Amino acid sequence: MMTAVRKLTSGKRAVTATAAAAVAKAASAEAKQPSGLAATINHARYVIAENPVTGFAFALFALIVLCALIGPLLVPHDPLASETTAALKPPSWHHWFGTDQIGRDVFSRVIVATRLDFVIAVSSVALVFLMGGLAGVAAGFFGGWTDRIVGRLADTIMAFPLFVLAMGIVAALGNTVQNIVIATAIVNFPLYARIARSEANVRREAGFVQAARLSGNGEFRILLGQILPNIMPIMIVQMSLTMGYAILNAAGLSFIGLGVRPPTAEWGIMVAEGAAFMVSGEWWIAFFPGLALMVAVFCFNLLGDGLRDIFDPQRRT
Amino acid sequence: MLSVILKRLLLAVPTLIGVVVVTFLLTRALPGDPAAYFAGPAATKQAIEQVRAQLGLDKPLPVQFVRYVNDLAHGDLGNSLTTGQPVLAELRSRLPASAELTLLGLILSMSIAIPLGILAATKPGSIVDHVCRIVTTAGVSLPVFFTGLILVYVFYYLLGWAPAPLGRLDVFFSAPRTVTGFYLIDSLLAGKFDLFRAALAQLVLPALTLAIFSLAPIARMTRASMLSVLASDFVRTARASGLTRYTVVITYAFRNAMLPVITTLGMVFSFLLGANVLVEKVFAWPGIGSYAVEALIASDFAPVQGFVLTMAVMYVILNLIIDLLYGVVDPRVRIDA
Amino acid sequence: MVAVALLDIKDLTVEFHTRRGIVKAVQHVNISIGKGETLGIVGESGSGKSVTSYAVMRILDRAGSIAEGSVTFSGIDLRAAPEEQVRTMRGREMSMIFQSPRLALNPIRKVGHQIEDVLKQHAQADSAQLTNKAIEMLDHVKIARSRERYHAYPFELSGGMCQRVVIALALACRPQLLIADAPTTGLDVTTQKAVMDLVTELTRERGLSTILITHDLGLAATYCDNIVVMEKGRVIESATSTKIFKKPSHAYTRKLMQATPRPGSTLRGLLPEGEAPPVPQKIQMVPREQKPLLEVTKLVKEFPRKGLQASLSRLLGPKPAPQPENFRAVDGISFKINRGESVGLVGESGCGKSTTSMMVMRLIDKSEGAIMFDGEDIGDIAPREFAHTPFRRRIQMVFQDPTDSLNPRYTAARAIADPLLRMGGIKGAAAIRGRCEELAQQVGLPTDLLDRFPHQLSGGQKARVGIARSIALKPDLIVLDEPTAALDVSVQAVVLNLLQDLKDSLGMSYLFVSHDLNVVRLLCDRVIVMKTGQIVEQGPTEQVLFEPQAQYTRDLLAAIPHPPA
Repeated sequence: MMTAVRKLTSGKRAVTATAAAAVAKAASAEAKQPSGLAATINHARYVIAENPVTGFAFALFALIVLCALIGPLLVPHDPLASETTAALKPPSWHHWFGTDQIGRDVFSRVIVATRLDFVIAVSSVALVFLMGGLAGVAAGFFGGWTDRIVGRLADTIMAFPLFVLAMGIVAALGNTVQNIVIATAIVNFPLYARIARSEANVRREAGFVQAARLSGNGEFRILLGQILPNIMPIMIVQMSLTMGYAILNAAGLSFIGLGVRPPTAEWGIMVAEGAAFMVSGEWWIAFFPGLALMVAVFCFNLLGDGLRDIFDPQRRT
Repeated sequence: MLSVILKRLLLAVPTLIGVVVVTFLLTRALPGDPAAYFAGPAATKQAIEQVRAQLGLDKPLPVQFVRYVNDLAHGDLGNSLTTGQPVLAELRSRLPASAELTLLGLILSMSIAIPLGILAATKPGSIVDHVCRIVTTAGVSLPVFFTGLILVYVFYYLLGWAPAPLGRLDVFFSAPRTVTGFYLIDSLLAGKFDLFRAALAQLVLPALTLAIFSLAPIARMTRASMLSVLASDFVRTARASGLTRYTVVITYAFRNAMLPVITTLGMVFSFLLGANVLVEKVFAWPGIGSYAVEALIASDFAPVQGFVLTMAVMYVILNLIIDLLYGVVDPRVRIDA
Repeated sequence: MVAVALLDIKDLTVEFHTRRGIVKAVQHVNISIGKGETLGIVGESGSGKSVTSYAVMRILDRAGSIAEGSVTFSGIDLRAAPEEQVRTMRGREMSMIFQSPRLALNPIRKVGHQIEDVLKQHAQADSAQLTNKAIEMLDHVKIARSRERYHAYPFELSGGMCQRVVIALALACRPQLLIADAPTTGLDVTTQKAVMDLVTELTRERGLSTILITHDLGLAATYCDNIVVMEKGRVIESATSTKIFKKPSHAYTRKLMQATPRPGSTLRGLLPEGEAPPVPQKIQMVPREQKPLLEVTKLVKEFPRKGLQASLSRLLGPKPAPQPENFRAVDGISFKINRGESVGLVGESGCGKSTTSMMVMRLIDKSEGAIMFDGEDIGDIAPREFAHTPFRRRIQMVFQDPTDSLNPRYTAARAIADPLLRMGGIKGAAAIRGRCEELAQQVGLPTDLLDRFPHQLSGGQKARVGIARSIALKPDLIVLDEPTAALDVSVQAVVLNLLQDLKDSLGMSYLFVSHDLNVVRLLCDRVIVMKTGQIVEQGPTEQVLFEPQAQYTRDLLAAIPHPPA
């Protein structure tokens, strides 16, 4: 079934490819081109110029990283200090995002929470890349038993609604940040394994891989030296996109009371804590952490799209 | 056709076995001691051990697993610790609530996302295309529980258009006689239109929340797959034969573009089943999601395992339907199967 | 020319908006075709020949537009006409057939219905007759069992059959003009002939005007009255076929004509005058050894028919499938290659020639038979192990698609160095670089291109990189798998000469896999003709090509276009 789709979508790109690309190729062959890194940077600059949103996403990403690194040093209030007299105050000059039910400063808590959410996202994505990405590449390249085992594993995980499985894993292993990371990585495993598998599989019999065999490269060296570098861009795009999903997943778990526990500042918990006040009009408690969550995920998604544009060889001339 | 279904089901067997094993292991790993719970707070250590032996929890894991599979085969999912009710009965009574919500959400999102994706693909770089891109990226970035809360704040607190987010029906109404379990359908069958309106009013916000959440992947996939199909050779042939734009886009391009979209729908459904848990919590929806969350928090393993199994089985069935649908659209798959 | 032209293209310029600014794909082109005439537009890739036809049909993609000039079709200004009017003319007044016919049909719609769509669109038949009319069209294009094939999907038909369906689509509404855009690219020669004969017959019968777009001057001259030659978006010559063939006036046309291999042409003769390199010193072969370099005996390759499906149907189906379990791609073939000899392996697609070459290369396992290389049996060494044997460096290969065979992340130098790093026995970056430059010079690749990535090289340059890599270890045998199939004829001419010179100066043997008999004739001492996994004929090149024994060889030879001499 999947192969049929792939054949269909990857079929020869018609008018655009044949006519325009031939023309563009003819034009570009004349222009002397820089190579390697310089070309990538040039191309990145072009993509950003063509689509300013991507530039915006990069800037936003820098801001998030900054908050994660030095956020706790910047905030005006102690994120854990409650001031019962100032509970449930709407946003003001003193408390930019208002205060929550026990008088903690929402702004400080939102900023401080960046680090925790960012760390969860980065480490779970790194973990799943190591597990799923490598397993998938090996499955696609070697085929046979490796493929069957990885495929079966991915199928089993996919048979669960992913969030439900993450819930189960965290509940079983215990409520810690570490287990949230593991659960998020596990539920993303099939996605990575499948992408890496199909990318490795299409290249398995590619001319340059056969040529590498003729040059005396062993299979393992081909996997590392020829296949993996060609799959990396696709995996990086995927990592950027799943960063957003990882954050949502972690926040969702906290929201239903699994994972990070109060009073830790974490966006999901903060939304959960503010949820009850939404119906009585104290919107700011849940709104600002929710907004932060959304902005972060939005940023990672835009970034993923931008990276895809930068790495897409079809858009390079 | 029957043999195709049979073959597909047969292929799902190993997956289901995997699901049962994983579920078993996960639930046994849950913290808390069911024996101590059943024995009551005043029980002696000896009494607890006695209960443990009754429940079979003193046996080694493989033995427990055999017993567990045996129970499953007899349709016994065990009893809930907190309510004391059989899990199967509780799931059965709560499933329609979740299903009604999820399906309505999916239909809503498909009816927006697919036309949006097509429009965006036929006019790349246009306003519609940009709107599509922004809407989908924003949609996928919104935490589903957050969307729900914002909708509640705006439509219930500020505007007062929606009823309080407390379950499937306002307290003044009583549920219609159960035929399908879907209130919308049952109320119509009973001819009670005010009841239908009330059920719909409760359903709109949570369904919309789910729809916003699932809008993005469907619209994205529709757009991408339409774009590639529109650039394909056979669409050029169709254009060169003078077929109208409508025929080219709908009869030729769209049907081909649907194939990857159908595949995506399976994934979206999985996401929706997960998101359901969160939405049910926000809207106090009496579905199986909120049931599972309560059980999880209480370390009540029978409902959790029943819930996870139900979800997995539903998902396998759904994938079967998708595969069959795929075969209907694509003759190449039909021959293969 | 005829007084009133059916189609008149005047001063046409087509622009594409690309990220490098506006690119003029077609510039100031004048073409005119009268009723019932056949016109060939000939050019290499990027010459703008297809773009011209898309502009006529007004099916340019979004980035392209007509910038200047006019296109008039029987008095109607196509450039100015509203889209709706042009749309109704497409298919009814002028229609088009394309290359890669299988992709040109909607994969999930029955071919009969696709023909009906066009008939219905142009109100050529009322709904009661639609089906009959469609079947009638299938009969017209000589599709046997048309009533049955009406219900077929494109994937159930062969490439040639699909092209017939596309022709049926194009001619269903009796248009006045048919544009055929490289309709036989990717089809075997015998299929090509059948398709072209069919097009000719149908267009003559109906008095259609035809434009044939192709890169093959011979094909155009065989089937067209007049020929227009295009290069880089411009028309550079336009005359009758016979005149062009007898006395091409433009230098580019001459170059193109020369570069096209024909019976009677020589390798050096393919190159433009004055550009032929000196004939290299032929190395003196050590007195010929008795044993052949490669000896293949009763080689068989079987592929299982779809694994999982077969076992599943065995499990569930009422009866096991009656068809044999395995499919024999190569069915007991035997041949020899001597040292310094070059042997051509010829056949149409699916004849098993590529499978044979892959087995000889030890990239796939054989099923039965023996492969003796220099007196030793290499057939039993598993492909995975073969990379670690001393034989690997002695058998190398040049691949069909130069783009696909280069890692997009490796520079040309890195690609050439790969075999040197693994098996070259050269140590040190400088030494390897030196050897790369030496190899680059040997294959005529400017050394300053060595640091470029594949996407920055032209097709010919990429082919040179591939050849340099294959000779890096000084192998005894090189398998050439259609090394020029993806190249333009003028580039092909250069590459063929290069291969011949390398063979002479390095004393290698070639196994040249190809579908093109004219190319094989130029490069090979002996020819093997394969069909459905078996060898139908083998012998010295001149004998096989000029006194063929097997009927199949004769058919192949007859199918090659014979332009008026």
